[in-house]
Amino acid sequence: MTAIDPTQVQAERRARLFTRINKLDGWFKVLGLSFMTPLLRALAGDNPKAQGKQLWQLLGVPLLAILGFLLLWGNLAPKVETSLGAIPGPVQVWEQVGVLHADHVAERERESAFMERQAARNAEFIAAGQEDRVRERTYTGSPTYYDQIWTSVKTVFFGFMIATIVAVPLGIAAGLSPTTNAALNPLIQIFKPVSPLAWLPIVTMVVSAVYVTQDGMFSRAFLTSAITVTLCSLWPTLINTALGVASIDRDLISVSRVLKLNTWTKITRLVLPSALPLIFTGLRLSLGVGWMVLIAAEMLAQNPGLGKFVWDQFQNGSSVSLAQIMVAVFTIGIIGFLLDRLMYALQSLFTFSNNR
Amino acid sequence: MIRKLLASTSIIAAFGAASLQADTFPEIDDLTLGFIKLTDMAPLAIAYERGYFEDEGLFVTLEAQANWKVLIDGVIDGNLHGAHMLAGQPLAATIGFGTSAHIVTPFVMDLNGNATTVSNEVWDLMRPAIPSDADGKPVHPISAEALRPALEAFADQGRPFNMGMVFPVSTHNFELRYWLAAGGVHPGYYSADNISGQIGAEAQLSVTPPPQMPATLEAGTISGYTVGEPWNQQAVAMGIGVPVATDIDIFPMRAEKVLGLRADFVEDNPNTVRALTRALIRAAMWLDADDNANRDEAVQIISRTNYVGADPEVLANSMTGTFEFEQGDVRPVPDFNVFFRDYANFPFVSDAVWYLTQMRRWGQITEAKSDEWYVETARSVFLSDLFEEAAQSLVDDGLAPADAFPFGSDGFRDVVDHAIDGVPYDGRTPNAYIDSLPIGLKGEQSVVGSEVQG
Repeated sequence: MTAIDPTQVQAERRARLFTRINKLDGWFKVLGLSFMTPLLRALAGDNPKAQGKQLWQLLGVPLLAILGFLLLWGNLAPKVETSLGAIPGPVQVWEQVGVLHADHVAERERESAFMERQAARNAEFIAAGQEDRVRERTYTGSPTYYDQIWTSVKTVFFGFMIATIVAVPLGIAAGLSPTTNAALNPLIQIFKPVSPLAWLPIVTMVVSAVYVTQDGMFSRAFLTSAITVTLCSLWPTLINTALGVASIDRDLISVSRVLKLNTWTKITRLVLPSALPLIFTGLRLSLGVGWMVLIAAEMLAQNPGLGKFVWDQFQNGSSVSLAQIMVAVFTIGIIGFLLDRLMYALQSLFTFSNNR
Repeated sequence: MIRKLLASTSIIAAFGAASLQADTFPEIDDLTLGFIKLTDMAPLAIAYERGYFEDEGLFVTLEAQANWKVLIDGVIDGNLHGAHMLAGQPLAATIGFGTSAHIVTPFVMDLNGNATTVSNEVWDLMRPAIPSDADGKPVHPISAEALRPALEAFADQGRPFNMGMVFPVSTHNFELRYWLAAGGVHPGYYSADNISGQIGAEAQLSVTPPPQMPATLEAGTISGYTVGEPWNQQAVAMGIGVPVATDIDIFPMRAEKVLGLRADFVEDNPNTVRALTRALIRAAMWLDADDNANRDEAVQIISRTNYVGADPEVLANSMTGTFEFEQGDVRPVPDFNVFFRDYANFPFVSDAVWYLTQMRRWGQITEAKSDEWYVETARSVFLSDLFEEAAQSLVDDGLAPADAFPFGSDGFRDVVDHAIDGVPYDGRTPNAYIDSLPIGLKGEQSVVGSEVQG
């Protein structure tokens, strides 16, 4: 007959809670929400003073910095007079976010009106016994801001995917064989610094010449942008993969020789797992480069996407153009940040790192 | 569904009878048309927004293009079915100056619509040489002779006098050259192996995309430019430049922009082209209806970001028939943008011949050609019969008055003699006209190296 000590139960429960919070901490770090940990700890009844200090470091300082930046921007912007009026401050930029959203809503309304008219016309044709004239068309209006964001994200992932498919095998080959490495090295060195804007005319010409179908799966503009992204973003992956593969522990290589593993098994069982952290570092860099490159490519080629949005606004030269361009700048930055976080999260899922 | 049907009866009522006849179906009804962000793309925007395209059974996507080169290449390699083009572009492509392809046009979008603007610095140098009226305002038209002091000042400082225009075969290039030459300033020649157009030039002309004109002027890279709207009024609004001449002063009432299509596309899709032309004629009619009563609404439409995107008040200036020269010096220019009246949409052969004569005058056409060649080339590009067919079907459907179109015209306007230098132009005798112009290649002359020979 033992009486259960309620305080002990509570202590156990708290301990369990804290291990859980510590486990979550790893994930919060990945997602860039590290300030959640001290917050949860404080809520769970840990020493608020120590947690408060951490919270100040992780949440207070960044928020203050952002606030400071906004204040500085808001005060300095009106002092610079451009030919399109004063540089917009945070308030005007925020207004344009609303305007762009309203544009999107209005465009969608126009789309539904278009669909109604189409339905009415088709009904008219059927009534007149002209079924062959019935047309089901997608809306032909202009892409809204959200459409442009979506286009850009799709393009960057497509280009990045091709880059990965090309770069990882090449990198493994270069890492495993010094001969291949010596062969690839000069090409990498030469092509790595080339700007997307230099690739673009070449890619445009090649795509126009090779991809002649008018109704293929992809539009030419999409392919041009995506291939430009590929050409610029495959190098970091290639270099880091080669490096990762080349720096595998010698003992592991010896083990593979003793076990007489064939090449395929060697790559899948030994090489990839040990090179994965570096490969992912390369992929993260590649995606970042790809996103940056894409905006430039879209701008120059006038291919649909955020880059075209920026250029169109610049060409419009209206009094709200600058503010809308700034909205795009923040959008590009935030999306770039999210893409980076996404890769980081994938990396921590796939690699055996210390936080598992 | 029933309610929706009732709601849309008005649209059905507006249906042209022709659109329900089986043999007039458009062969292709999904079209992508390119345009450059200028006010004279208005017929395209209006045809789209007011549903004329849909009425004619067309589903059109309008795509803004980065510059004229990208636009014409898009039409040539089939990314675009057609585009809002400079009148000179189809002609140049057809004779093989620049990218070569047979491009034709059944429809002229507008007349006039450009102006020449100089930077404040140049204006201050010019102003003393320009006579003033009773109110102390400069007397128009302003001759390029007033540029002399500016040219000399630049030469003294060892700076080149650069001016911008939008494309080598653009109206703007030919107008700027016409204006300069009429004032005795040499704008430079093209030759077979030097297509910079700056051979022997006192004013160096180079290409700048229209939307970048004000920024380039502000940066001091160019000291003046000729461009369509809204980029002249933009310079005034920004306080960086002063328009000195509109094209009505220089060489008025000639085709400015056209609808450019590939010749094989026109051949394969006659019904599509007819539907397209009909929709655009209806849009042009609406734009000029009741003495420009609809222009304000048109300005609201084209000021949307996906069309021209400039501020409505800037666009409204020229679209509603006024033009601001120096800040505060607003003058009425009722014909600044003509979209329909005065047979604006009819592809006059004589307009095309005029462009060809200017290409010859400045050496883009390197050798002398016969009068017949000019007229035949013009006729193979400006397809007035297609326009007449579309216009006739509109008249038959009761959608347009018959007297709004020059049916039965031989394609030549009456002799024009109100250019800035007073030289009369008769499209039937291009060679005689070329020989009568000041500055420029004449007869058998050609440019070899930097010398005019012959």
